[in-house]
Amino acid sequence: MVQVRLSGTFKSYAGGRDAFEIEAANVRQLLDGLGEACPKLRPILDKGVAVAIDGEIYRDSWFQSLRPDSEVFILPRLAGG
Amino acid sequence: MAGHHVSTTINGDAFEFVCEPDETLLDVLRDRLSLTGSKEGCGTGDCGACSVILDGRLVCSCLVLGAEAEGRTIATIEGMADGDRLHPLQRKFLEHAALQCGICTPGILVAAKALLEKHPDPSETEIRYWLAGNLCRCTGYDKIVRAVLDAAAEIREGRDAA
Amino acid sequence: MPRDDVTAETRQSFTKVGTRPLRPDGVDKVTGRARFGADMAAPGMLIGKVLRSPHAHARIRSIDTSKAEALPGVKAVVTRDDFANRTDELRDILVNVMAREKALYEGHAVAAVAAVSAAVARKALRLIEVDYELLPHVIDVEEAMRPDSVLLHDDMFTAGVDPVPDQPSNVAKRCEFGHGEVEKGFAEADIVIERSFRTEASHQGYIEPHACLASVGADGQGELWCCTQGHFMVRDTCAALLGMDVSRLRVIASEIGGGFGGKTTVFIEPVALTLSRKAGRPVKLVMTRDEVFRASGPTASTSVWVRIGVTKDGRITAGEAVLKYQGGAFAGSPVEPGAMTAFACYDLENVRAIGYDVVTNRPKQAAYRAPGAPMAAFAVESVVAELADRIGMDPIEFRLKNASREGTRSAYGPTFGPIGLVETLKAAKAHPHYSAPLGNNQGRGVASGFWFNFGGQTCVSLNINIDGTVGLAVGTPDIGGSRASMCLMAAEELGIEYDRVRVIVADTSSLGFNDVTDGSRVTFASGMATIQAARDAVKKLCARAARMWDIPEDAVVWEGGYAKPAGANAGDFQPLSLRDIAAAAAKTGGPIAGHWEFNAENAGPSFATHIVDAEVDPETGRTSILRYTVVQDAGKAVHPSYVEGQFQGGAAQGIGWALNEEYIYGADGKLQNPGFLDYRMPVASDLPMIDTVIVEVPNPGHPYGVRGVGETSIVPPLAAVANAVSAAAGVRLTSLPMSPPKILAALEAEKGAQAAE
Ligand code: FES
Ligand code: FES
Repeated sequence: MVQVRLSGTFKSYAGGRDAFEIEAANVRQLLDGLGEACPKLRPILDKGVAVAIDGEIYRDSWFQSLRPDSEVFILPRLAGG
Repeated sequence: MAGHHVSTTINGDAFEFVCEPDETLLDVLRDRLSLTGSKEGCGTGDCGACSVILDGRLVCSCLVLGAEAEGRTIATIEGMADGDRLHPLQRKFLEHAALQCGICTPGILVAAKALLEKHPDPSETEIRYWLAGNLCRCTGYDKIVRAVLDAAAEIREGRDAA
Repeated sequence: MPRDDVTAETRQSFTKVGTRPLRPDGVDKVTGRARFGADMAAPGMLIGKVLRSPHAHARIRSIDTSKAEALPGVKAVVTRDDFANRTDELRDILVNVMAREKALYEGHAVAAVAAVSAAVARKALRLIEVDYELLPHVIDVEEAMRPDSVLLHDDMFTAGVDPVPDQPSNVAKRCEFGHGEVEKGFAEADIVIERSFRTEASHQGYIEPHACLASVGADGQGELWCCTQGHFMVRDTCAALLGMDVSRLRVIASEIGGGFGGKTTVFIEPVALTLSRKAGRPVKLVMTRDEVFRASGPTASTSVWVRIGVTKDGRITAGEAVLKYQGGAFAGSPVEPGAMTAFACYDLENVRAIGYDVVTNRPKQAAYRAPGAPMAAFAVESVVAELADRIGMDPIEFRLKNASREGTRSAYGPTFGPIGLVETLKAAKAHPHYSAPLGNNQGRGVASGFWFNFGGQTCVSLNINIDGTVGLAVGTPDIGGSRASMCLMAAEELGIEYDRVRVIVADTSSLGFNDVTDGSRVTFASGMATIQAARDAVKKLCARAARMWDIPEDAVVWEGGYAKPAGANAGDFQPLSLRDIAAAAAKTGGPIAGHWEFNAENAGPSFATHIVDAEVDPETGRTSILRYTVVQDAGKAVHPSYVEGQFQGGAAQGIGWALNEEYIYGADGKLQNPGFLDYRMPVASDLPMIDTVIVEVPNPGHPYGVRGVGETSIVPPLAAVANAVSAAAGVRLTSLPMSPPKILAALEAEKGAQAAE
């Protein structure tokens, strides 16, 4: 099980919950699992989010692997200049 | 509109063109003569990207009418290097990395050349005020000013040696 | 996704990287030969012009183009009817490109013409009759948030709140970041300071206006030449808006005369293509400076409230901010990154940042260098300076005591890896600037800043030529000298001279997809792809050498530009140079090329600390910047001159934003200063030399340790300058730009307050 944390914005879609335990070995499984656990989040996840794994920010990497003890955050996708 | 027939000298070559009475020299250079080295950043005399030398005077070509070029002598960025030999200012701009995007560079080089012809030994402050009509958004001017100082020194040394 | 075969360890010693060779596009740019967006022409070309709304907010009842169409020399007129409506994520871009039901800001495009000359096109614009129903407008962010405000979109229901509100508003989104218990943290503080700050919209101010040349044939194939930070983005967006197959549109990126984020979207390109398709001829469309100001993206204007608490010995116990950013007529102001970066420099147990994305009747904001971060840093770093002052602690010591470091849980969530904030603070403290004496009416300001940096989709091709020279094709437009850095990295890997590598920015039909040049990603991501493409080529070169020697591939190594037998056992052969192997390519298996395509991740954030000295004239309120020093972490500086250039350029833009630059609106909702005369950017005589210190804390996500550097440099200056001016004036300035009248008013108010005491 990977513990995934949500920032305030995502938290509001998750009924105020800011952490979930998801069975996932990679980012895609994590997003799928999170969408199932929290259907209101799904459209936002589908639109595109960033996932921070152990401090590294990933934008599009479905197959990035996760360890059970990885620190995982869901963050908004940002644009640069 | 009746076109104006104009004969002029640009970078030492004779040119003839026909232009509208309200057409700027910058438009003539760029659109009629394909001399696109002079840039249009504003069209209102505020950025200096269109700088050329008209009868020895530094002007914004966006504020000069094409018709005014009649019988006059114009120097643009395209005439700055001597064949394949770059002008010292051009070389120093490269060495000092005094350009990032390079859109302001032709205008600044033309303006700096006009300065050094009048004042071969300008101070940093003099360079900054002389170039105050040339906007550069990329560099913060630091490397530009250094390049002009360095080019001025090199030109002076060259003269002393000669 | 990150490829597992990316070399993980950071390389330590270099022969090319870190040197300062001349840039490959340099001679073209100092001789006027380089071709920018407006420098291209085509046979039979028409000139396009755009008609723009004179009103800040109006319903468009009808548009009558018949008189314009009848004008001799007019070849095409387009309006909203020429663009198919959309409901997907491109809808806002479409509506911004050409107004539909409403003109949402002064300058909003409502029609366009293509004609045989600029004069005819201009005349045709005057013949287009638009019937507007004027609507009330709103410009200010706080006003737009009021429940009784004029509404821009009656289908805008604030996202990010649960349940979704049942009334529409101008608040597109609410976001929140943070952790811990803020109120508990404030209860532990000895001193709490809270303040409100305002910043005005500033424009990226690139000297080259948007320009393009579009050509669509009767066969539906199109070509577009334009100045952009991302020609693949332009291609995909334009193809979608025009209903074309992506493969039928080829986009060529011209030299680009500055972007700073402002050229990461489309404005005139779809319009030029539509005109060209209708007219059956090439159409050139170039914005005037006035149009650039009115209709291309400035950044957001903001209202930010900050509260920070500290103990007497200088430990921050809690930080809180509420950020309101208006980003023009569409959702998407950079308030999220603002809220995420606001406290990123600090290791906080209790922190909360709440952001509101607000729409107003202004042009759609576009990204501007570290979008959203400078305004947040302005507010937070101003309060940090004030707190350090109140507890009598040196401002750099105070920051060091609270600074984020490796292992800090960031204010926006994740834990930081190796970062260089502490290193920049220490280098700033040790810099002679920091201890130099100050005179009367002079003050010194310090501020730190952070930006994430991005990676993104990237694709590079590296071809070995018959004479052993190398052709490198990248897909990321070069906005600040990146081609020089690419050549350096390729030369480093291949072990050949820098000038043996030539690099081009390939068009969209010649290379796989590349994300926009943004997020300071190019030297990092295209650089990493270049390194990997070179390694791919080296592998193939070694294989060819192995064949030529008839030994196994793994018995060949690449060293200093030569294939060599791996050891005595491999056999005794004369090393083969790149040129030797290239010359024999036809006989050993054909062309040799290296490729790399990936989605770069782990860009590695960059931190900076700036020091600035300012003098304020108490009589006139005028500020002079006396001295400026930028200290920033570059991870590894590939071409130090262009790294310094990024530091200096960001600082200069920040100084302009802090002191002069602003969008000024009249009561009629119209922009009053759409020109360089009244929108006052720094000129050479406004600035001193800008000192730079490059700190190098390697980014573990890049084979050379590179971090992006282009954006962080604009994050600290607003606050650094405000801190310097406040120190010089003896009164805290909280509203940008700190123009002379504002400074005088602040001085007057302070005098009044002192007299009252
Ligand atoms: S284009 Fe002539 S001064 Fe700007
Ligand atoms: S180098 Fe870009 S404007 Fe000067």
